[in-house]
Amino acid sequence: MNALHHDWLDIGHIDDIPRQGARVVAAPGGNIAVFRTVDDRVFALADRCPHRGGPLSQGIVHGHQVACPLHDWRIHLNTGLAVAPDEGCAARYPVRIDDGRIRLRLTPEDGCPNR
Amino acid sequence: MSRPRLVVVGNGMAGIRTVEELLKLTPDLYDITVFGDEPHPNYNRILLSSVLAGEQTTEGIVLNPRHWYAQHGITLHTGSPVVKIDRIRRRVESADGRTAAYDRLLIATGSRPFMLPVPGADLPGVIGFRNIADVQVMLEAADRYRNAVVIGGGLLGLEAANGLRQRGMQVSVVHIAPWLLERQLDEPAARLLQENLQARGLRFLLKRQTAALVAGESGRVCAVRFQDGECIPADLVVMAVGIRPNTTLAESAGLHCNRGIVVNDTLQSVTDPRVYAVGECVNHRGVTYGLVAPLFEQAKVCANHLARHGIARYTGSMLATRLKVTGIDLYSAGDFMGGEDCEEIVFRDAGRGVYKKLVLKDNRLVGSVLYGDSLDGAWYFELMRDGTDVSAYRERLVFGRQHLGDSGHGDEKNRVMSLPDSAEICGCNGVSKGAIVAAIRAKKLFTLDEVRAHTKASSSCGSCTGLVEALLAATVGGDYSAAPSKKPLCPCTEYTHEEVRKAILERQLKSIPEAMRALEWKTPDGCPKCRPALNYYLLCAWPGEYRDDTQSRFINERAHGNIQKDGSFSVVPRIWGGVVTPRELRAIADVAEKFKAAEVKITGGQRIDLFGIRKADLPAVWRDLSAAGFVSGHAYGKALRTVKTCVGSRWCRFGTQDSTGLGIRLEQATWGSWMPHKFKMAVSGCPRNCAEATIKDFGVVCVDSGYELHVGGNGGIKVRVTDLLCHVKTEAEVIEYACAFIQLYREEAHYLERTAPWVERVGLAHIKARVVEDADERRRLAERFRQAQEYAQNDPWRAHAEEIDAREFLPLATLV
Ligand code: SRM
Ligand SMILES: Cc1cc2nc3c(=O)[nH]c(=O)nc-3n(C[C@H](O)[C@H](O)[C@H](O)COP(=O)(O)OP(=O)(O)OC[C@H]3O[C@@H](n4cnc5c(N)ncnc54)[C@H](O)[C@@H]3O)c2cc1C
Ligand code: SF4
Ligand code: FES
Repeated sequence: MNALHHDWLDIGHIDDIPRQGARVVAAPGGNIAVFRTVDDRVFALADRCPHRGGPLSQGIVHGHQVACPLHDWRIHLNTGLAVAPDEGCAARYPVRIDDGRIRLRLTPEDGCPNR
Repeated sequence: MSRPRLVVVGNGMAGIRTVEELLKLTPDLYDITVFGDEPHPNYNRILLSSVLAGEQTTEGIVLNPRHWYAQHGITLHTGSPVVKIDRIRRRVESADGRTAAYDRLLIATGSRPFMLPVPGADLPGVIGFRNIADVQVMLEAADRYRNAVVIGGGLLGLEAANGLRQRGMQVSVVHIAPWLLERQLDEPAARLLQENLQARGLRFLLKRQTAALVAGESGRVCAVRFQDGECIPADLVVMAVGIRPNTTLAESAGLHCNRGIVVNDTLQSVTDPRVYAVGECVNHRGVTYGLVAPLFEQAKVCANHLARHGIARYTGSMLATRLKVTGIDLYSAGDFMGGEDCEEIVFRDAGRGVYKKLVLKDNRLVGSVLYGDSLDGAWYFELMRDGTDVSAYRERLVFGRQHLGDSGHGDEKNRVMSLPDSAEICGCNGVSKGAIVAAIRAKKLFTLDEVRAHTKASSSCGSCTGLVEALLAATVGGDYSAAPSKKPLCPCTEYTHEEVRKAILERQLKSIPEAMRALEWKTPDGCPKCRPALNYYLLCAWPGEYRDDTQSRFINERAHGNIQKDGSFSVVPRIWGGVVTPRELRAIADVAEKFKAAEVKITGGQRIDLFGIRKADLPAVWRDLSAAGFVSGHAYGKALRTVKTCVGSRWCRFGTQDSTGLGIRLEQATWGSWMPHKFKMAVSGCPRNCAEATIKDFGVVCVDSGYELHVGGNGGIKVRVTDLLCHVKTEAEVIEYACAFIQLYREEAHYLERTAPWVERVGLAHIKARVVEDADERRRLAERFRQAQEYAQNDPWRAHAEEIDAREFLPLATLV
């Protein structure tokens, strides 16, 4: 369990996520949304909107933001913060690409009370 | 490396707004220095009237306190008028000897009150009404003297007179025209206003021309003398006869001025592109604005260029004004005097003190004056700006939006101002009046969009927009609803819906990235507003050719189900015309049990909704439903929803035609097509209209002699009864007209515009001309629709069940 939390886990290939899209990783602490932006950057956030828990993975990805499907809050993918003037944040997870493989760590980054 | 320097001359509303907009875009691009003539930080000049009337304090109207400047690293010099601009050495100099060098200069010196050139105009006790100092002079006078005379019966003059009266002075208003506010009101409305103000103790001297101001023994003004020789006592004279752009400084710097500093669409001086100018001191395309809303638009564009984004353009504004005298409700907008080719609709109710005048030109609203009841001001303004054809409801127009139907609010609208703070204004987001007012005050919100962003009020279904506008007007003073003369599709672009659609066709744009490149999109890949719109416009323009961009669709259309608050989905199979067989019902029941639907509900659209389906199960649910012969009901799509039918001549003793069968045939002809918004139809077998055809996008009412076709109805947020399109004789005609109407709607409406607002915007006459009167055009439209249907009528459920990309529905990885 602990090992799981500290390892960079291989969760799939970048091409398994469509550009401007997202996929869900079912994790012990709840779903994690892994996003791929138009410029092929990859971000991972808790799949829970800070507003009322909407599944961010189902939103429209644009620039480095996602629009929550339930009430259209916008969330910055790089920080997990809601776009002002809305306030709140979704926890961020470390994610990186190695040779096309997506690697994720299950310990959220610091700095978000909602994690 | 040192930063470029921006010097701002004029610490007023437009200048500082520009700085605020700039900081939003690039917080630290410039070293900013601000010079202000007045000793105060930037304040809300509009509320001076309220300060004078004792409803506000000078502290209460400060917009940017000194610590705001400090926080943003802005050097502020107050009480320090700039007296010289050296454009060669790029430096400014102030009266108290300060200098500042600039790389960019922003001039926002506002305007000055125009002082009548009569003898005595420079006496002590004679002032304009422009700034805090003027208000202080008035308040001191009110403490010590008795008689005040206000010269000028315009908005500013009346606000000054009212304030002085509130402070206990005897006030006479001198006005040269035969009635007050002759630029905003016609005579009957002005009389109502005058009576109201007289009842508050104001005196009016109309058709009087001031000849001189007379000095008393102390040297202070003591009387006003008119041309007819009459003299009235005056210890204080307020001149409110007009304003002049404050261009002395700009002129002395050799910048081209002509009743204002002449600027281009990027708010740069035509003489020197390093010099920007915004606000009342500016002449843009020959127009000088004297209200904040357009100035704030200028500020936004100017900031965009100062930030080197270089995309925005200012193309002029339309204006609306309100008189801010508590208890008097007066609003005017546009060309309210009308002219030769204009028509007027006038409503007068002297008993209630209400007067409304609407000026129409070619069936479009071009101006409005509202007295006594101005809550519809914002709506009329919108109609004006959008150039909406109002012929369909012209006779009801003057009674306001509410009379066109507006569910959820009704009479409350008229009482918004007297509502308690706890009253709910926005029913969708549960926002109270108190919360909205508090946010407007605390966060300095000036526009509807800002209130929407900060409070969410009016941001969902929009039916409370009028209420929010009214609160905004009451809280910040004037009216801020004025908007750019054209409305871009979304903030990513400068182009309107029409311009984008036209460019797609004319320039043969075939993909979203191509369209964004060709039309200079400001964002790398758009936003959730423009991407779905572009996707639809391309799909509609190039049927069969354009490849749908799933990532530019809202989740419901991507997953072919409706997302629910818990992240599960609902599934609605299509039930043609509302007719089912026991076998089909059994198949639905089997699916519901097999996939553990949490609830099964009969919808308002004559079909069955399965709730609580997990996303991962959707493909399997569809497979089973497909096997039983069902196709998607598109309950999630901007597409044909339901065709409601009644029993009709098959069973009903009143039925005149086979409404059920016709409904099924209509649904079979039109399902699957993507549209600007959802589209609903109904067929009723007789005028008893049990299928509610007259609140549908396209409704058919069967009659003995054939079929009445109705269009543009809506039973949703704003109920709208259909317009009668025409009468036809055969079922084949019904289907052809329906296809032609749908195609016209598909080709011309804005994305997310239902037929009701679309019909109101373009006018029924336009639709009749294309669909009814021109048979060839109707056939062409219907034919284009049928061609598009060849590609659209493949059931997404079956397609998915067969060659499904399971990745959309299944987790990428499961680590539990
Ligand atoms: C299921 C249903 C309620 C029910 O249990 O009966 C329903 C449910 C929803 N309606 Fe509706 N509407 C349903 C019939 C209606 C009707 C009645 C009708 O069609 O006869 C209306 C008024 C008629 C009309 O549209 O003119 C109606 C007017 C709306 C509106 C307001 C539209 C408007 O133009 O004013 C919305 C909001 C929107 O579309 O933006 C809406 C939006 C919605 C949404 C899609 C809200 C959302 O975005 O999640 C709901 C989806 C729930 C779901 O997952 O299925 N629903 N909705 C009905 C489905 C009918 C069907 O078989 O497809
Ligand atoms: C009493 C009153 C009521 C109003 N009511 C409404 C209303 O209801 N709705 C509405 O939309 N508008 C209203 N207005 C108009 C609105 O206030 C103005 O349109 C707006 O303030 C103009 O902004 P500005 O920045 O161009 O000018 P200002 O706000 O006047 O700012 C210009 C500033 O530049 C300073 N300045 C001038 N020359 C120099 C110099 N050489 N060096 C340094 N500083 C200089 C001035 O002292 C001033 O502080 C009202 C105005 C008044 C006076
Ligand atoms: S089903 Fe329609 S009326 Fe009911 S809550 Fe949802 S959107 Fe509102
Ligand atoms: S839950 Fe995300 S916006 Fe409401």
